[in-house]
Amino acid sequence: MVEQIRQKVNHYIDLAFLTLWQTFEGFIYEVGDVFSFGAYSLKTFFSKPYRFKEFVQQMEFIGNKSIFIVVLTGTFTGMALSFQVYLGFKMVNATSLTGPIVAMGIARELGPVLTGLIVSARAGGAMAANLGSMRVSEQIDALEVMGVEPQEYLVAPRIWASIIALPLLTGVFDFVAMIGSYFLCIRVLEMDEAIFWDKTALWLNPAHINEGLIKGAVFGAVFSLICTYRGFNTKGGARGVGDATNRGVVLSMVMIIILDFFLMNLIEVYYKWTA
Amino acid sequence: MAQENAIEIIDVKKSFSEGDYVLNGINLKVPKGKITVIIGFSGTGKSVLLKHILGLLKPTSGQIKVLGKDIASMGDEETIKMRKHFGVLFQYAALFDDMTVLENVQFPLKEHRKDLSKSQIKEMAFEKLKQSGLDEKHYNKLPGEVSGGMRKRCGLARALALDPDILIYDEPTTGLDPILTEMVDNLILSTHNHKEDTASLVVSHDLHAAFRIGDYVAMLDSGKVLLHGPPKVFLESDNPLVARFVSKGVNKK
Repeated sequence: MVEQIRQKVNHYIDLAFLTLWQTFEGFIYEVGDVFSFGAYSLKTFFSKPYRFKEFVQQMEFIGNKSIFIVVLTGTFTGMALSFQVYLGFKMVNATSLTGPIVAMGIARELGPVLTGLIVSARAGGAMAANLGSMRVSEQIDALEVMGVEPQEYLVAPRIWASIIALPLLTGVFDFVAMIGSYFLCIRVLEMDEAIFWDKTALWLNPAHINEGLIKGAVFGAVFSLICTYRGFNTKGGARGVGDATNRGVVLSMVMIIILDFFLMNLIEVYYKWTA
Repeated sequence: MAQENAIEIIDVKKSFSEGDYVLNGINLKVPKGKITVIIGFSGTGKSVLLKHILGLLKPTSGQIKVLGKDIASMGDEETIKMRKHFGVLFQYAALFDDMTVLENVQFPLKEHRKDLSKSQIKEMAFEKLKQSGLDEKHYNKLPGEVSGGMRKRCGLARALALDPDILIYDEPTTGLDPILTEMVDNLILSTHNHKEDTASLVVSHDLHAAFRIGDYVAMLDSGKVLLHGPPKVFLESDNPLVARFVSKGVNKK
């Protein structure tokens, strides 16, 4: 009896490890697929025929059409963060540091991360859904049989536009978040305007802003790569499109948050190394 | 004089998993200037064969000669070039839904005929749309705004845009009512008569249409060509599977 239970337990432990290994193996294969898909797509952008028109269209969709939502979230994030920081510093009589701390937090962390999350939800979801529906309605096959390389025509302009649009949107987010912070600190909390700007200018240096912009470019590459890959490889009908969109957006968001931590450390190490 | 073949399929086998062949030694010739119809029950390998002809899949073994060149052994770049010789009408037309009807037909011309001016491209697209029987008032509509029959006509116009040597129709009448089915059949015939040296390959499970439009009919079963010849060969065949398919097809009509 005891021996039977022991065997059963061993069997389930084996099964658990096997499942874990298979999941890990599948993940590694998929990561490899995503990278080769991305590398090929990015490379095709620099070979004829050049897809400048499609690139501009994607810049308009990813960049221009995200400005409103980025401005809106940026302004309120700037105000909310300022208020929290102000309350914290008030306890230690250091409210004059509210401006620079908010500026650094926005430029280095919240700017790129929130912009990445907002744009990946909006544009990434649309990319996955668009490519997915093109796949299931045979539009991608139609491109192929017309002698048009679909990755070059559909994927490369989207990825490059995301890589370029995201840092620009991050810059917009940083700017409006600081306007929001200024509005709250100076107009509502009646802090000293000169001290606010003086301390901010003293503490915030261009390297902090660059850090955010670099992160923005990486997040742009990550979300567009994941979402185009999911959409391009959609299987099945409408349900497949829904799955591709859902998985693309969720994975993009998770990856942005995880990558942010590693990028932060990597950039810190780089700055120390070059100092 | 021996008939020239646009497509020659020589002993093509395809296996997606070891030992399980979807195509199991297919031999088929698609002559120029004729309409060849491939028929068969669902799951007999018709769509897989079509993907091989278009170079979207590579066979496990065998050759697929398109205009004398083996598409199965070509590299990506050469395959893309070869595909310019094809015009394909997809089952649901596969029109780009963010482009108007006219833009859909202009698309292959813009991609491959860099020597033409914008007005020449527009003129050619108009000509193909007229040839497909689509009224001018629909040219600036999106595919979602026109009927299924009009989408088929637009899809055909797009397939004809580059004056292809080989026209492929993938299940052109599936899901259509009898009137639209007849319209599409007539469209295939009139298109074929318009440019007589074009090889037309129709993949269908509509036997009635196969007999009506096909110069040759090939029936697939279990990844092989069960019978190939003019339509009358099918009516005279004593193969039980062919007889069953023919009786079902004729009775259905």
